[in-house]
Amino acid sequence: MEVKEREAYQAVIGLEFHAHIATRTKMFCGCRVSYGDPPNTHTCPVCLGHPGALPVANERAVELGVMAGLAMGCEVAPRAVFARKNYFYPDLPKGYQISQYEEPICTGGHIDVPTSSGTVRVRIRRLHLEEDTAKNVHVGTSGRMHGSTASLIDFNRSGTPLMEIVTEPDIPSAEAARETALRLRDILRAVGASEADMEKGQLRCEANVSIRNPDGSLGTRTELKNINSFRFMERAIERELRRQREIVASGGTVRQTTIHYDPEDDEVYETRSKEYAEDYRYFPEPDLLPLQLSEEWVEGLRARLPELPEAMRARFIEQYGLSEEAAGVLTAERELAAYYEEVASQVDPRQAANWISGDLRALLNESGLSISECKILPGHMAELIGLVQSGDLSRSAAKEVLERSFETGERPQEIVEREGLGTVGGDELSGIVERVISSNPEEARRVREGDRKVVGFLIGQVMRETRGNADGGKVREILMEKLGS
Amino acid sequence: MLELSAFELAGKIASGEVSAREAAEAASERVEAAEPEVHAMITPTPELALERAGRVDERRARGEELAPWEGVPIAVKDVLSTRGVRTTCGSRILENFEPVYEATALARLGEPVVVGKANMDEFAMGSSTENSAFGPTRNPWDLSRVPGGSSGGSAAAVAAGEGWWALGTDTGGSVRQPAALCGIVGLKPTYGRVSRYGLIAFASSLDQIGPMTRDVRDAALLLSAIAGHDPRDSTSASAEVPDYLAELDRGVEGLRVGIISEMMGEGIEPGVREVVERAARSLEEAGAEVGEAHLPHQEYALAAYYIIAPAEVSSNLARFDGVRYGMRVEAEGVHEMFRRTRGRGFGDEAKRRIMLGTYALSSGYYEAYYAQAQKVRTRIIEDFRAAFSRFDVLLSPTSPTVAFGLGEKVEDPLAMYAQDICSIPANLAGIPAISVPGGLSEGLPVGVQLMGNHFAEATLLRAARTVEEASGFRFEMRP
Repeated sequence: MEVKEREAYQAVIGLEFHAHIATRTKMFCGCRVSYGDPPNTHTCPVCLGHPGALPVANERAVELGVMAGLAMGCEVAPRAVFARKNYFYPDLPKGYQISQYEEPICTGGHIDVPTSSGTVRVRIRRLHLEEDTAKNVHVGTSGRMHGSTASLIDFNRSGTPLMEIVTEPDIPSAEAARETALRLRDILRAVGASEADMEKGQLRCEANVSIRNPDGSLGTRTELKNINSFRFMERAIERELRRQREIVASGGTVRQTTIHYDPEDDEVYETRSKEYAEDYRYFPEPDLLPLQLSEEWVEGLRARLPELPEAMRARFIEQYGLSEEAAGVLTAERELAAYYEEVASQVDPRQAANWISGDLRALLNESGLSISECKILPGHMAELIGLVQSGDLSRSAAKEVLERSFETGERPQEIVEREGLGTVGGDELSGIVERVISSNPEEARRVREGDRKVVGFLIGQVMRETRGNADGGKVREILMEKLGS
Repeated sequence: MLELSAFELAGKIASGEVSAREAAEAASERVEAAEPEVHAMITPTPELALERAGRVDERRARGEELAPWEGVPIAVKDVLSTRGVRTTCGSRILENFEPVYEATALARLGEPVVVGKANMDEFAMGSSTENSAFGPTRNPWDLSRVPGGSSGGSAAAVAAGEGWWALGTDTGGSVRQPAALCGIVGLKPTYGRVSRYGLIAFASSLDQIGPMTRDVRDAALLLSAIAGHDPRDSTSASAEVPDYLAELDRGVEGLRVGIISEMMGEGIEPGVREVVERAARSLEEAGAEVGEAHLPHQEYALAAYYIIAPAEVSSNLARFDGVRYGMRVEAEGVHEMFRRTRGRGFGDEAKRRIMLGTYALSSGYYEAYYAQAQKVRTRIIEDFRAAFSRFDVLLSPTSPTVAFGLGEKVEDPLAMYAQDICSIPANLAGIPAISVPGGLSEGLPVGVQLMGNHFAEATLLRAARTVEEASGFRFEMRP
């Protein structure tokens, strides 16, 4: 039943993203962009909307917006116009937001999104530049405006450069929507246009969700707001699709509304009716001249585009023989990919992939550090992997060395030597095996008589003597040789 | 000292013959004497003037070279942001607003000896300074008449000798028309010639700051001080600023002057027309070629202006909401607070234009009104382009009438709007225009308007100087 309904009511999803552009200063003034600083410490007459203050467009923000567009194959407009979007809200200091409307900076383009049911091409309708609003903080109750005793406004965020990216409604499932968001994040990070961290609010997403009726007509769309993690994104859209399917299947009609998803109870709520469209009274911003973007300038930026995640992933699979998954993990972050490539140039690339996407990433996640903050230099990582490959360090000892080096930044070789963690081998290991045999005569006899079950016990004893610093296979080999079986 | 031009006074300050402090004291005394009758100021600033003048004198005493405009007391329209001095825009909503920064045009004056913030129509909307929340200004030539608007306070202050010169702003004629009605010189520079940073916006695409002075030389001097590119205003031009004073006395030999036919007919008072015709003859006698010019779309200019300007107003005045500065009327809930603050804070004319503009921009009407008005604007620009291919300077009245009586047009907004019929086209096209006194009609001053191509201020000043000299009109302090 569930499956049949899904087929009957195909999902039609379009996404709208707001990404903070990774500039040092705000979109229309020289104030610093910062997160987490004390409220209202980075403001000036321009971003406070004081009378008479005028905006001046941030050139770097324009560059980064265009680079993001180019990375998605967009057309860059030779002339882009800033427009005023007029509406009243306490966190909107000028009473309008400077955005782009009829003449955005980029149009067209696409993202290819791999999903479990094949690759989906999601077309980009437009990419435009705008400024963020200030931030309201409601005090007195739960932090919602309703019922609060006062509202405070932090203007640090006011005027932060944003790019809005709107897709066509090409997305056929909640999973594809999530993957689209992830691919977009990777692209933005790759070109350095945005850090695009959803948890930090640097990437915000709204989904326009509707279903196609069995007769092929398109249902009413609802707007899913406040999606703040990739995980909830998929769940929220899935939940909203289920709601719409249930309404239609029971003969009802979907109302055009704004929907809010509550992850606590996995439920969606209508927040306000959208029967009356808001009238933003857009008109060209008279305080800013149109942006004139010459072909030469655009081509200059295109030449500076780095290798994009999609291409890099394909290359990692091809060049280093990695799995899709490992390549995906390693290319999701630009710095991690660079780190990997440096290590892979010195040791076996597949081993390097295992260590970096596995153990090292686990340590990073635990500590909350990024790869650029990691104390283990790529050369040291390669050294560690080399020690394991040559059999001079056991895998378990290597993990210990990795953890130490991660904490202190010390060279693995030094840790191994100081702590005596190197693999015990040769005559020393032979001696230990002999000692274990003579102090366990009963077990040794049973092995000689062919009782294989006891071998493990003896190996365990040897490993204990070497404090784990011996190669298990090697120990077994010597043991069996000495017991003549 | 009070009868000197600003240029002459600056010369005496620079040579040490007069101290800046003496000039500031004389101006402040004059403010005190004239204000009860004229009411040109919203906020007189005698202490500030003395303090700044003192600093100018100190710098001179230290041997520092002063800029050729420094130390001359100035009245400043209360729409220009002055750090720490309340800036009201003639509105209740900004009654107690003290900006934290200084407008670029003022900052360029170095140590501006500001004698006061001059009265104006609320948010520069009006042609008579009767829309000020702080009461009307009176015309120093006849106290029962208006000084024009919206820079009526600045014009009256100069005419009354309350400062040697003033800064005004001109969105549809608000520097030129009051200058004409008060018998002084008013110059609206090319759009972008003077930074708008710190000018509290009325209609951003039309606003321009301009000098209001006793004579043409003073206008040239004040323009030299305030003109030039400002990185804080991306619409300000980076074109080089010529030496306006040096060009001033080159005369008009060979200059092609066109009288705009469409501005000499119906609606223009005969006395005004006569003064303009006399100015044309004097230009011809000084060696200019005078002919007839046409602006065929002129009749639509007023209509286009009264769509575009209110549209921008409706957006520009949105920031006055009681949240961050200025007046706030407390109420239950934020939207009610907005509503009451704006309801009480704005006067009738501001509300009228906010409503007009909101309507013109709203979806469904945008194409019919705003977009259509922009097309008309383009036609008017083309008209000027064609006219300037034949003429260097265009000539017309500044205002169709001499100063009218206080209260006379208050009840009839359309009659008031018609005051700007000759001045608005220059704002729509962004070209420079100057009003220079050409003589009297019914004992009241008449302004002659000269318009030039973009950045042709130097040419305009030369022509205006010629008209001024031939008119026999000399600045005389009133009342």
